[in-house]
Amino acid sequence: MNVLTDNFSTYGKGFLGTVELTVYASLLALALGFLMASFRVAPVASLRFFGTAWVTVLRNTPLTLLFFAVLLGLPRFGLVLPFQLFAVLALGCYTSAFICEALRSGINTVPRGQGEAARSLGMTFGQTLSAVVLPQAFRSVIAPVGSTLIALAKNSAIAGAFSVTELLGTYRTLSELGYNIIWTFVWIALGYLIITLTISALFHLMEKRWGVAR
Amino acid sequence: MTATSEQEPSALYDVPGPKARKRHRIFGVLATLAIAAILGWILYLLFDTDQFTTAKWRPFAYTGIQELLLRGLGNTLKAFAYASVLSLVLGGVLAVGRLSDHRPVRWVATVIVEFFRAMPVLVMIFFVFVALQVQALPALVTGLTLYNGSVLAEVFRSGVNSVDKGQREAAYALGMRKTQVMVQVLAPQALRAMLPAIISQLVVALKDTSLGYLITYEEFLHAGKLIASNLDYDLPFIPVVMVISPIYIGMCMLLSWFAQWVSRRQRRDPKAKAAAVTRAEPGGLLPGER
Repeated sequence: MNVLTDNFSTYGKGFLGTVELTVYASLLALALGFLMASFRVAPVASLRFFGTAWVTVLRNTPLTLLFFAVLLGLPRFGLVLPFQLFAVLALGCYTSAFICEALRSGINTVPRGQGEAARSLGMTFGQTLSAVVLPQAFRSVIAPVGSTLIALAKNSAIAGAFSVTELLGTYRTLSELGYNIIWTFVWIALGYLIITLTISALFHLMEKRWGVAR
Repeated sequence: MTATSEQEPSALYDVPGPKARKRHRIFGVLATLAIAAILGWILYLLFDTDQFTTAKWRPFAYTGIQELLLRGLGNTLKAFAYASVLSLVLGGVLAVGRLSDHRPVRWVATVIVEFFRAMPVLVMIFFVFVALQVQALPALVTGLTLYNGSVLAEVFRSGVNSVDKGQREAAYALGMRKTQVMVQVLAPQALRAMLPAIISQLVVALKDTSLGYLITYEEFLHAGKLIASNLDYDLPFIPVVMVISPIYIGMCMLLSWFAQWVSRRQRRDPKAKAAAVTRAEPGGLLPGER
């Protein structure tokens, strides 16, 4: 127990690091995923191709390899940024592929007749999109996007191994200080459980509020 | 090929008329130019920072280096083989536990599955490696097995549950025992339906073997890192990434495509009729999961 009370600030810093990483990477992943999903359903073939290539490559890339390439490779191009930013970039790009697929299958669940009806009422493309298609798609993507973001929070642990301040990395400091390593990990595990359960509860709430009854 | 057959039907766009087609063609040209510009810029950066010098690519011509890479690849595949076999076994055991009629067994299995699914794999790997002080390979395999085994348990369970109710009822009506119903009727059909999801989960396991790099297991990425940090070859970092990533991504892609192929095949198979075949998507939701 004193492992936690003695090192509350270390744990707190690590916990906040993980939360920060998760939030920023989630925002990047959602934005990029939305962009890629719009590419993948676009009527322009080259955009569709680009979106498909992005998703296929990133979904089959080991995240460690991506971290390796981004954190150690991009500086070779003269791009020097703080490691945390690189980590957000790697995590966000990786997760965007999964977000894209979730959003795309959400858009595909909207029946074709909905769009046709909207157009025959004289709605413009923007109106069809914002008033008819996206609200319906949103309802069916809550659960898959939630589980993708939980996976993102768990994946953020990899950043710790690349010397970004986050929860898993705290074990190194604490084991140097000579604390019981098993208890150190128990509290780390608890920290991750808090984060994943919070995201899960958040999306459960959204699902309850807006989700489609299945 | 007409414009409509290129794309799956969606609610977003109408069938384009002549004006829209012309507009799409202009957008297409602009988008192609933009993508080409990005690719050209990356290529320019590669040349600008001297990534194609002989010094940086020379190491790949040496047999010693090639052997190092192959050994790394072998170690990656070894970890993958152990992890996938063990996680299939663990998944089977945990699924049986979760489907058990005895409440305590069900409860224990549920706690184990939920806990290991909520934990980052890396935390488990580090725990086994640092706290229990075992070798890198067993630590990696243990971590991967616990996580993927738990996920596979859920896959198996939802597979068994997705088999048409009539199958179970008919088997019981024929006087089959509980174990017989499971082994001879439900499990074979569930396995057929879940095969794509199982292979997709193995893709995740293959991808996660690269976590071994972080606990200094001598796998593929580790071999790459050794070459990349060699001053004699002018730190050939980008060349190493350019050699390693196609192989890594290619392996995962092959396995993913295999999963998709199995999925398409099973969908046509009349033997897989009693349970809906899952889609081959890594990290996708299982039927009934939210």
